[in-house]
Amino acid sequence: MAVNAPMEKKNASSSDPIINDFAFSVATQNGSGSQTSNTVLVRTLFNMGIPVNGKNLFPSNIKGLPTWYTIRASKDGYVARRATTEIIVAYNQDTVTEDIQNTPEGGVVIYRDDLKIPPERDDVVYYPVPVRNLMKEADVPRAFKARVENMTYVGVVAQLFDLDMDVVWRSLLDQFGGKEKPAKMNMDVIHLAADWAADNLVKSDPYRFEAMNETEGKILITGNEAAALGSIFGGVHFVAWYPITPSTSVVDAVNKYKALRRTDDGENTVAVVQAEDELAAAGMIIGAGFAGARSMTATSGPGISLMSEFVGLAYQAEIPCVFWNIVRMGPSTGLPTRTSQGDLLSTHFLGHGDSRQIVLLPSNPEEAFEFGWRAFDVAEQMQMPVFVNSDLDLGMNNWMADPFDYPDEPMKRGKTLNAETLAQFIEEHGTWGRYMDVDGDGVGYRTIPGTDHPRAAYFARGTGHNEMAVYTERSDDWIKNMTRLALKLETVKKYIPADVIDYDESKSIGLISFGTNDPAIQEARDLLSANGVETNYLRVRAVPLLDTVKDFAFKHDTVYVIENNFDGQLHQIMKLEYSEDMTHIHPLTLGDGLPMTARWIVDSINAKEAE
Amino acid sequence: MAKQPIVNKLNLTKDDYQGRTTTLCPGCGHNSISNQIVQTAFDLSIPQHNLLKMSGIGCSSKSPAYFLGRSHGFNALHGRMPSVVTGALMANHSLRAVAVSGDGDTGSIGMGQFKHVIRRNVPFVYIIENNGVYGLTKGQFSATAEEGLELKYYGKNPFPEIDLAMEAIISGATFVARSFSGDKNQVQSLLEAALAHKGTAILDIISPCVTFNNDDDSQHSFKYGVKHNIPLHEIQVVNPYLVEEQDEIEVEQSEGEVIEVQMHDGSYIRLKSVDRDYDPRNKGQAMSTIIDAQRDELFLTGLLYYEEPRPTLPEIENLVETPLANLDDTLSRPSKDKLDAVMKTFM
Repeated sequence: MAVNAPMEKKNASSSDPIINDFAFSVATQNGSGSQTSNTVLVRTLFNMGIPVNGKNLFPSNIKGLPTWYTIRASKDGYVARRATTEIIVAYNQDTVTEDIQNTPEGGVVIYRDDLKIPPERDDVVYYPVPVRNLMKEADVPRAFKARVENMTYVGVVAQLFDLDMDVVWRSLLDQFGGKEKPAKMNMDVIHLAADWAADNLVKSDPYRFEAMNETEGKILITGNEAAALGSIFGGVHFVAWYPITPSTSVVDAVNKYKALRRTDDGENTVAVVQAEDELAAAGMIIGAGFAGARSMTATSGPGISLMSEFVGLAYQAEIPCVFWNIVRMGPSTGLPTRTSQGDLLSTHFLGHGDSRQIVLLPSNPEEAFEFGWRAFDVAEQMQMPVFVNSDLDLGMNNWMADPFDYPDEPMKRGKTLNAETLAQFIEEHGTWGRYMDVDGDGVGYRTIPGTDHPRAAYFARGTGHNEMAVYTERSDDWIKNMTRLALKLETVKKYIPADVIDYDESKSIGLISFGTNDPAIQEARDLLSANGVETNYLRVRAVPLLDTVKDFAFKHDTVYVIENNFDGQLHQIMKLEYSEDMTHIHPLTLGDGLPMTARWIVDSINAKEAE
Repeated sequence: MAKQPIVNKLNLTKDDYQGRTTTLCPGCGHNSISNQIVQTAFDLSIPQHNLLKMSGIGCSSKSPAYFLGRSHGFNALHGRMPSVVTGALMANHSLRAVAVSGDGDTGSIGMGQFKHVIRRNVPFVYIIENNGVYGLTKGQFSATAEEGLELKYYGKNPFPEIDLAMEAIISGATFVARSFSGDKNQVQSLLEAALAHKGTAILDIISPCVTFNNDDDSQHSFKYGVKHNIPLHEIQVVNPYLVEEQDEIEVEQSEGEVIEVQMHDGSYIRLKSVDRDYDPRNKGQAMSTIIDAQRDELFLTGLLYYEEPRPTLPEIENLVETPLANLDDTLSRPSKDKLDAVMKTFM
């Protein structure tokens, strides 16, 4: 799989230094330990104050298949993936030919000198690295040699492009959780390779790094860690899950950070159960939600499919619970380690019969954290399942972010009656029924098991029921319940996150998108603007769609709905909702398994505008 | 003067423990089991708000609507009751749960959850109302139907039966019993013992389907049960907490070997052998007895297997004493200082 797009022209010569504005691809074999080397590079740039992103483009494999890691440094703060990377670190024989071929004119190839490479191009700079010889010299126990040999490119990169060695050391130490011994073993290899490069390589490219001050006060974090922290600070009590890429690290992080919630006696206020499958995981969180706990699971598309029957039950019985869907490419097993926005429709309409699910759509770690805690408030207030559709790109890659804001609202537990308030309710309304809508917002008052009142109990069920939660097959009861649920879905709109809108009435082109396309769209808007194409932008942060989307869509001459899926699923939801003529609203869809680039957006819009 | 109704220690009548009117077929074995649940809960003065009634899907799983009207209940999905119980009891480990499933619900679609809930030792009473047949879908064989059984619409069953008590033992269950819905006393005693057990307690109760599988020679029929039920022992649960101070604990004194099993709540089970020596604490004997009974077509009932329970799932998770569902917000959301400290680790 090629990750480099056809070349972009670079009008630079070696006489003009290019500082903090270029990208790397590191091509290695999966399972060779390159993740550590790459993370150290990303952390070093971040710690040098240079805006950076790192995207792991990895195969579904434990060991041996090709994997690429792209690192982009951007002095202007653009953190979207770039398809073209000026520098390739070629450490994998299987891909070296293609990797070199895709290197743009004026680019740099750093390669293991024991790889067979195609005849040298004269428009790129080559730096061979004698990995074997260096590793022979390295004072590393035999058992560890294979694991640390990727540090040789860290050393060469550090030397060639001016990485601060003190910062490399600090980043390495961070990476090893402060353990000096393994950090030093790796650092020795980095020094060895850097010294070798200083003595033997002649710098003949224009690229270099220079310390900046643009990451001060920022954090570098994956969306899955952010989601876990949001859940921990959102009061999650119970997590049930089944391992699936790319969601697993959500629960790993919950397990790590549940220590924040331990009592002084070392007892847990968060329980995590690894279920036998996704069906059981869904059943468990629904049981916990029914019994009054804040419960969640994390999964991905195939798991969501398996949970669908249970989600219908939770919708029908009105049980709060939270589902993190870290979306990967489907259908079926699809591309299990590639990113996608292809689950929007399937999640929104999950379950059979008439139902619609709430789906929150975070774009960045800050929102993954915020939606992490807010999802429980929405679920408990609306008494329904809430989905948070992140994706592999946000979930598993390191993103620069602002430190998370502490929740600015107390936990909102929704309409739950205890023995005392139940008695008051009965006094006021004559009786209590689980599904009575006394407030006119479609949301009833619930009781939780253990409530010591003779009238507190009800029988939760997925079968037809009246407002007293009693079994019924009467058509009028069914319609009445469905009408109330429809009303509840309207109420939902007051509780879900608002769209983010950048609007100026002088502009006639509107962009609509969601999720992790955001950095690419922001960059694309700047690029378009530089060419005189001005755009407004609305980022959807939840479905059901708010009225603001429609308002935005219909006050532009042209609208592009930009999505990283094949079918244009957000566009389809709009078509479903709006009876108006939508011929000015165009889907721009990708869905190639990779994070979107600004270049693709710009080219697509330019092509459409030229039509 | 009207006659004073009999009340229990909570000053409740047996009527207070009833549910809604059953919609199952008249004569269904499941109704009889519902009645024994009502009777037992009334006799033990169980506070209904502390008890959950759970079920999957099927005839059996409808029945929680027909008992303990003051208990919260959850009629979940086909075969998936165990996961819902697990979540509910993790949310509130101070609750007890009585769950009802069927042989289709447990033995086929729910076999995975059945085994895994046992493996995790989620503490609740898991009743299988076992009639060897699918009722709501009109008479298909279930996985517990005996090989060779003939049913009206589906002919002859070509497959061997799955013995759910055996499956439970293999999965690590620490309390496994078999009974017959027609044997009120035994069902009540086993229910009482199961409620005292600190772990998953499996009750496989043969409960005839009067509509689809009640021919006299069917091993799940009422007549077969009445005729062939061989209790392994007489069961008596002695619960000192339920005995008034002036009352004397009466323990039947009669012939036969007696085994006493101490339960965690202070009660104990007395098992008096009937006509064979049977020690339910012997796993090998329990399994070979089930195998022999299957081969010889013997309907052995009673406490088939018992062992000192392993830690329960809430214990393994080392949960706070306060149920998670009732935690203060202060215990559910760490301080801002803690968030700031975590943020520093990502800088």
